[in-house]
Amino acid sequence: MTNTSSSPPSQSSFNIHRFANPRTFLRFASKIQSWVTISAIIFLVIGVIWGLCFSPADWQQGDSVRIMYIHVPMAILASGGYFALAACALCSLIWKHPLADLAAGEIGPIGAVITALCLITGSLWGKPMWGTWWVWDARLTSVLVLFFLYLGHITLLHAFDNQQKGYKAAAILALVGVFDLPIIKFSVNWWHTLHQPSTFSIIHAPAMSLSMIWPLIFCFMGFALGFIALVCMQLRAAILERQVRHFLLNE
Amino acid sequence: MRIFLFFIHREIQLSLKYGTDSLGTILFFILIASLFPLALGPEPQLLRQIAPGILWVCVLLAALLPIERLFNHEYEDGSLEQLLLLGLPPYGVAFAKIVGHWLTTGMPLLIASVPLALMFNFPYHAIPLFLFSLMIGTGCLSLLGGMATCIALGARRSAFLLPLLTFPLLTPIIIFGAMITDAQLHALNYMPHLQLLGACFALALPLCPFVAGAGLKLAVE
Repeated sequence: MTNTSSSPPSQSSFNIHRFANPRTFLRFASKIQSWVTISAIIFLVIGVIWGLCFSPADWQQGDSVRIMYIHVPMAILASGGYFALAACALCSLIWKHPLADLAAGEIGPIGAVITALCLITGSLWGKPMWGTWWVWDARLTSVLVLFFLYLGHITLLHAFDNQQKGYKAAAILALVGVFDLPIIKFSVNWWHTLHQPSTFSIIHAPAMSLSMIWPLIFCFMGFALGFIALVCMQLRAAILERQVRHFLLNE
Repeated sequence: MRIFLFFIHREIQLSLKYGTDSLGTILFFILIASLFPLALGPEPQLLRQIAPGILWVCVLLAALLPIERLFNHEYEDGSLEQLLLLGLPPYGVAFAKIVGHWLTTGMPLLIASVPLALMFNFPYHAIPLFLFSLMIGTGCLSLLGGMATCIALGARRSAFLLPLLTFPLLTPIIIFGAMITDAQLHALNYMPHLQLLGACFALALPLCPFVAGAGLKLAVE
């Protein structure tokens, strides 16, 4: 177990590695925690009310288009969460930062829940639109694989008697699983199956009405900030828990 | 290289010594494959249509059955550390073990799948390509399964853990693999699927032993 109570090294210049020190991170995180949480709630309230009550219904899909305001942010966050998980895994394998291990352990369950929500909302939308809860379409299957990857990561993390080994094995697994992310992203272009291709693009004008894009952006910001707030809160709790255990073992 | 060959030789000798284990894999494969016609009815047209998928799934399950034992004995009695000290880098040890697994499991499964393909009413002209794709597929299986075993080495619930780790990684292989024969049976162009399967193999061949070696190093740490 690393000593989490050592004082941070004195560095005058800005250094990203400084935040890897658990104590520095703890101070920084408790400062931004309330801001992130409050802004997440504000964005979410505005976005959800706007999206669910005031944005126009689709001319073809009717009111069920509103599921999009939950589904799309969840889908983006599911992949983004896994990317963050893999980045943490890379950091923990290369620099052996204890914080990266803890962060990977906290991102995993949240990401799994988000992926499950993405699948559930998608299937709720699929029933009235496609007439079926589930199809073995490329996008759906690759997101299901992502869900299993999350579950595998969580299980492997807790399957070792030596927690340190569990962190390392799970980090290796997380890096192996990255292969699924490009498949998810490009599955709608490579296989022309039921799921619609991406509506958003950087180079083209949006193919969606602005009256729908704005609430979607608000919802996405709300969910993304909420994700950060949750991870931040869990991570702080995990660090404190570890410190407590450290002190108890030393006594 | 000599040590590498020694490893493979040792694997083959071990599997000959415990012949029932290797035979059990084949038997398991034949048993589950023959359950499908019983459950689905003996309609030849239907069987021919779903045979590629069934055989691929059965091969996958049968090949993963013994993979848990790939390193577990050596890990538990401590000889894994001795094997790692023989002078081969960890990824070399992992690769040798994976090749050994393919030779003792993948190849017998390939041979056993010929009579099963005939029992499932495969046309003769489809069998060579089916075997070729299955050869690449079982290679990928050994690589990915061996990698997952190495990562999960020393974990508590590894019997339940391994399928959870391996199956998500195997999805591309089973999709492309089953599509090759399916396309051929429907007189469609099977080359794209074959190339994609080959690409999966080409990607797994250098990466999996590397990751597996990292897992082995972690296990003996």
